[in-house]
Amino acid sequence: MILLALRMLFNDHAKYLMLVSGVAFSSLLMVQQSSVFCGLMSWTYSTLRNIRAPIWVMDPKVEQANESKPLRDTDVYRVRSVEGVAWAAPLFTGNLQARLSNGNFKTVQLVGLDNNTFAGAPSPDKLIAGNMDDLRLPNTVIIDDFAVERLSEGLTNPDGTPRKIGVGDVFDINDNDARVVGIWKAHRSFTGGPYIFTTYDRALEFAPQSRRMLSFVIAGPAPGEDPAVVAKRIEASGDLKALPEGAFRSQTLFWFVRNTGIPVSFGTTVLLGLIVGLVISGQTFYTFILDNSRSIAALKAMGASMTMLILMLLAQSSAAGAIGFGIGTGLAALFGYMVLPGGQPPFLLLPEIIIGVGVIMFFITISAALLGIIKVARMEPDTVFRG
Amino acid sequence: MKTSPEMDSGTRIAAQINSVTKSFGQGPSRIEVLHQISLEARLGEMLFLVGPSGCGKTTLLSILCGTLKPDSGSVRVLDNPLTELSSRRLIQFRRKHIGFVFQQFNLIPTLDITENVTVPLLIGGMSHSKATRIAHEALARVELGDKVKLRPSKLSGGQQQRVAIARALVHQPSIIVCDEPTSALDSETGHHIMEILDEVARDESRCVIVVTHDPRIIGFADRIAEMEDGRILNVKVNDGPGIQR
Repeated sequence: MILLALRMLFNDHAKYLMLVSGVAFSSLLMVQQSSVFCGLMSWTYSTLRNIRAPIWVMDPKVEQANESKPLRDTDVYRVRSVEGVAWAAPLFTGNLQARLSNGNFKTVQLVGLDNNTFAGAPSPDKLIAGNMDDLRLPNTVIIDDFAVERLSEGLTNPDGTPRKIGVGDVFDINDNDARVVGIWKAHRSFTGGPYIFTTYDRALEFAPQSRRMLSFVIAGPAPGEDPAVVAKRIEASGDLKALPEGAFRSQTLFWFVRNTGIPVSFGTTVLLGLIVGLVISGQTFYTFILDNSRSIAALKAMGASMTMLILMLLAQSSAAGAIGFGIGTGLAALFGYMVLPGGQPPFLLLPEIIIGVGVIMFFITISAALLGIIKVARMEPDTVFRG
Repeated sequence: MKTSPEMDSGTRIAAQINSVTKSFGQGPSRIEVLHQISLEARLGEMLFLVGPSGCGKTTLLSILCGTLKPDSGSVRVLDNPLTELSSRRLIQFRRKHIGFVFQQFNLIPTLDITENVTVPLLIGGMSHSKATRIAHEALARVELGDKVKLRPSKLSGGQQQRVAIARALVHQPSIIVCDEPTSALDSETGHHIMEILDEVARDESRCVIVVTHDPRIIGFADRIAEMEDGRILNVKVNDGPGIQR
């Protein structure tokens, strides 16, 4: 009977398409919006993803990775002296203005790495052009792939055709020449400014001077040491705040969740998707039951038990729900596949999103079936004899 | 109320209802539809329930086949006390013993006619392949063997009713209840449908109960129970003109 129930649904093309479309649209909306939300939220801690450091040391008032309250230069030495710290290095991060060849200005995220060790630099396999060691040469920087898009305005070939910025090109940061010696593939920043990597001392030359310039101290634990334990020791050694990378990432993420309207905005759309799915699929399935009420009453009269009818209705709604969910999730993934190379909008499709939306769609289809089940339960078999 | 004519000593009773009453609604809007009805239906006969609209024919039919419970009285069908059976047993009883032919055919429009005919078999737990084979045989018996893949909407009214008859008979029930089986059909088609049902009723292990107010088919009845205002006025053996056998 389950097979016949499915054929009853599939052969009612209008209802079937409406039901599947409702669930598919709802799934698409929820998966796509959730993925864009996760992608956007992942941008908030891009600095932590681009700069590889197990422990981040900062001013106690720092709340998230995109802000910094300068430390004393001596804090690097204090951190190095803490038991369990294998290495500690200074780090500069700040937003500066880069002037392009056509005179336009673009905000960039300048990162100053330790002069000698380049501690925190992205892994070598992320380098898509140039040489990291060239960063030791005067006035050199390594830009990220997003900077190739943002900083190429006005650049032309000898024949006048536009070209992209590349290794060997020079642009201006705060009235200082910056020569590109490499291009890194980096995670895009939340503020939209491309990452420009250079040495710590050169970053201080590029940046406007102030009494304190050290943004963070990044550190690594000695072999066998737990970063969280070492971070606690650093905090205990004085008036510094120290967090393992994962904790700092979470703290940054939840700072944006608490302090911006982004989650509410996306949450509203996801809720809208849920309501649309619930209403469309619920109403369509209920109409399907109403349209088939005489057939269902006939089945009841012929001896179909309520359990059998419930299984039939659940099979029908589950099949439509599963197909709609598959189509909706597939379309959302296709959307991600199309936009990811361009980097806009952010898109991060996590397995948790698919599972979560799947559970919601299961709830929607069961709710839709429930309406039909209630209707069928109230249907008397002798209805079939009435006109 | 007149009682039914005496039975032959060898005639077996298919259904017996005693002093059945049924009402709908509550309080001032309560309407008693059946008043102390008693009736017998026998195996090997075609019993007609006739009377004007609203006289209680269909309600009586519903009680006879176990889709509706009476307020009082007893109903015994094929030695099963329907008024005492649990809902579950009642469903099992209908599944096994009752075949239905409805006025509007009540075929499932989104299934082909083979699938429609397999429904009683599948409800009974038969495998899909076996049910399909038996359904094809049943459709062949009503001369629709060449249309097994068609949907009901592709068939004429008479053909659809033949499908409904095939569905009613496919699981070999002992009681076939027919609610106005010819009222949606023209005279010739209705006659043909009644010929099929008449052949079914010749089987001594079966009883066909027909609710109708179609005078064109009265001649097919073995016995006729005339109803009015929720009462049986009389039950008579059909010996009038136009009898077909």
